[in-house]
Amino acid sequence: MIATNRAADTVIILIVLLLAWQALHQIVGATALPSPVPTLAYLAKLVPSERFAENAWATLVCFFYALILSYGIGLAIGVWMGVHRLSGAVGEPILISLYTLPKVTLYPVVLLIFGLSLSGRVTFGAMHGVLPVALLTMSAIRNIPPVYLKSARTLHLSRWQTILTVLFPATLPEVVVGLRIGFTLTLLGVLLAEMFAAKQGLGFLIINAMQLLQTEEMVAVAVVLFAFAAVANALLLWIEHRLHRRV
Amino acid sequence: MSRVGWIRIAVIAIAIALLEASCRLGLIDHRVVIPPSEMADALVHLLISGQDNDQILRTFGIVVLAAVISAIGGFALGVIIHALPRVRQSLDPFFATYYAVPIFIFYPVMIVIFGLSAIPIVLMGVATAIVAMIIATLNGLDRVPQVLTKVACVHRMGRIATALLLKLPAAAPHLFTGLKLAVSYAFIGVIASEFILAPAGLGRVISDAYTDFDNRKMYALMLLLIIVATVVNMFLHAVDQHLAERRGIGKA
Amino acid sequence: MSVAVPGEDIHASLSDVTRVYPGVAGTPAVHALGPVDLKLKRGEFFAVVGPSGCGKTTLLEVLAGLQQATAGTVTFEGRPIAGKVPDGIGVVFQEDASFPWLTVWDNAAFGLRRNGVDPAKIRRRVDDALAFMGLTDFARAYPAQLSGGMRQRVCISRTLVLQPRLILLDEPFGALDAQTRLLMGDEVLRLWRRTGATILLITHALDEAAMLSDRIGAMSARPGRFMEIVATGWPRERDSKIVSDAGFGEITGRLWDNLRGESMKSLGHSGVAAG
Repeated sequence: MIATNRAADTVIILIVLLLAWQALHQIVGATALPSPVPTLAYLAKLVPSERFAENAWATLVCFFYALILSYGIGLAIGVWMGVHRLSGAVGEPILISLYTLPKVTLYPVVLLIFGLSLSGRVTFGAMHGVLPVALLTMSAIRNIPPVYLKSARTLHLSRWQTILTVLFPATLPEVVVGLRIGFTLTLLGVLLAEMFAAKQGLGFLIINAMQLLQTEEMVAVAVVLFAFAAVANALLLWIEHRLHRRV
Repeated sequence: MSRVGWIRIAVIAIAIALLEASCRLGLIDHRVVIPPSEMADALVHLLISGQDNDQILRTFGIVVLAAVISAIGGFALGVIIHALPRVRQSLDPFFATYYAVPIFIFYPVMIVIFGLSAIPIVLMGVATAIVAMIIATLNGLDRVPQVLTKVACVHRMGRIATALLLKLPAAAPHLFTGLKLAVSYAFIGVIASEFILAPAGLGRVISDAYTDFDNRKMYALMLLLIIVATVVNMFLHAVDQHLAERRGIGKA
Repeated sequence: MSVAVPGEDIHASLSDVTRVYPGVAGTPAVHALGPVDLKLKRGEFFAVVGPSGCGKTTLLEVLAGLQQATAGTVTFEGRPIAGKVPDGIGVVFQEDASFPWLTVWDNAAFGLRRNGVDPAKIRRRVDDALAFMGLTDFARAYPAQLSGGMRQRVCISRTLVLQPRLILLDEPFGALDAQTRLLMGDEVLRLWRRTGATILLITHALDEAAMLSDRIGAMSARPGRFMEIVATGWPRERDSKIVSDAGFGEITGRLWDNLRGESMKSLGHSGVAAG
C-alpha cells in the first residue's frame, strides 16, 4: 500500500512538473521554451540517432572513469581518516571547506594541466565526487558504537573477521549515503566540464543547442539527463533504505 | 588554539610552501600554476587598481540577493508545506531527488527564456539554494517536541503566539543550518552560472582571464573566491556550532 | 505525629468520565479511560499508579483541560472545564519541556511575562522560585548545560511562579535515576507544604506514590479505572526517609497486589494473570 502511494505521489509530481512546463511555455512563448509534447516527440527521434548515441557514450565513459576515481580515492581517504583519529580531526574541516567551495572556478586549473582532454573532465568530475564519499565514510567509521568492537573481542574474532563481519556491515549504510551523493556530484562535475569546454558529451550538446537556438534539442537533452539522474538516485535510495531498515 | 588546530595550520602551510617551492624550482610550469605568493601579490594589486571591483561587487551582490530570496522564500514555503501533510507527502520524493539532478542543465534554458542578464543567474542561485532551506525548515518543524504544544495550551497561548514564541525558537538551530546551506549553495549556483555563460561578474572575469592566458588575474580572482567562500563558510559554521552546543544538539 | 487532614471541600472532580480516541483511517477506536470517578480534596497529595498504557496521562490531560472527555463531567473549583486549561492549574510534563533557547531565569519568567505581570513582581517571584528549587546559581545557564533532574526543576519553577492552586505532575521523574527521584520527591513534598496546593501525581513507580501521597489510586489496564484508592495516613511533615517505615512496605505491597495482574495484562500475559 505504501509502495503504491509512493508511486502515485511520483506520478502526481511528474504531472505537476509537466503542467508547470506547459504554463511556462505559454508565458514565455514557443521560441524560448517549446511545449512538452513536441519536445518529447523530438526526444523520441533524438535518442535513437547516432549523434545522440555518440555524445551520450562520451559522457557515460567520462562519468564512469570519474566515478571510479571518486569512489576509490574517496573511500581510501575516508577509511584512513576514520581509522587514524588525528588525521581525521586535522583533515575534516579542510575537507568540509573544500566541499562548500564553488569548484567550477578551479576548472581552468584542470584545463591548464590536462588540456581539453578526457582526463581533464574525468579529474574535474572526480573532484566533485571524492569529498562526500570521504566525509561520510570517515563519519561511518567514527560512529561505530564501541560496544560492537568490544563484542567482537569477547567473541574472539580475528582482525579480518572483525573487519568483514562487524566493521563492514556496521558502516555500510552510511557509506552508501556517501556513494549516492558522490554519484550525483560526479555527474554534475562531468556535465559542468562538458558545458564549459568540450567538443562532445551531453553537456556540450546542451550548450551547443543553446547557441544555435535549437531549444527543442536543448530541453530534450536536459530531460534525458534529468530522467537518468532521477532513476539512478531512486535506485541508490532504495538500496540505502533496505540497508537502513536492516540496522 | 588546540593542538589539532595547530597541526591543521601546519599542514596547510606546508602544502602552500610545497606548491610555492615546486613553482619556483620549475617543477610546475609557470604557464600552468603560478606560485601562491604571486597569486596573493596579483590579488592585492588587482584590488588596489580597482579595475574589476565592480564585477566582484556585482557577483557578491547577486549571491546575497539569491541567498536572501532562498532563505525567506524557503522558510515560507517550508511552513506552508509543513501545514499540509498530504502535499508534503507527495513532495517527499521530489525533495529526495532534487539535489540528485544536476539542475545546472537547465541554466541554458533559463538563458534562452530570460536572455543573457542577471535574472537567470539569480534564478540559478535561488534554484540551488531554496530547496535546502525548505528541507531544513521541514526538519526543524518536525523536531519541535510535542510537549511544547501542551505547554502552549497550559499557558493559554493562541496559534500565532505558539508559532512565534515556541515553535520558531525551537526550530531555530535547524533553520540556521538551512540558512548556512542556502548561502553556500547560492554561492556555488551563482559562480557556476557566471562561469559557464554570463554578461559580467566574477565567474565571467575568471573565465575570460583563462581564455586570454592571463594567469596572474585568473589565479588572483580564484584566490579571492576561495578566501571569501572559506571565511563566510567558517563564520556560518561557527555560529551553527555555537547554536547547536547551547541547545545540546549533537555537534557535527 | 499529627496526621494530615486535608480540607474536606472538593477542589477538582471527575464524574463518570470516559475518553475514547476515535479510530483514524480504518484503525479501531481506542477506549483509553473510564468510566472514572475521582474527587480531589483541597490541599491533598494524590497519586495515580497503574501499568503502562492504562490511561494515566489521559486522565491528567482531561483534568487539565488539554483533552476533552468523551463523556462525563470534569470540574475545577466548582466550574466545569471545557476545552481550555483553567487559570490556577499548573502542569509539569514527563518530557523535558524546558525551553532550550531561554536561560533558566527566562524559562521561569515565561508565564509571568505572557500575563503582563509588572517586572519588579516578576523578578521577585522568579528569584524566589529559583531559590526554592535550588537553581539560583544556575539562573544564567541554559537548560542544555544542566542535568535532567535540574531541567525538570526548571519546569517546576516555571509552573510554581504562576502560583497554581492545583499542580498536575505527569511522571515528572520518569527519566531520572532512582536516587535523584527520591531527592526530587523531597522537593515536591516541600513545595506541596509551602504552596498549600493540591497535587495530582501520575507515576508508574509504586514506591514514589507510596512515599509522597496522602491517597493513591491504583488503575487497571486499559481502559483505565480505579480498582482501589489507598489512604497512606502519613503526617504532612514527611520526607524520603519514610521508605524505611514499616507501613511503607505494607502500602507498596498492597498496591502491587492490585497491580500485578493488570501489569501482566499490559505485558500481554493475560493467560498467566488469569491463572
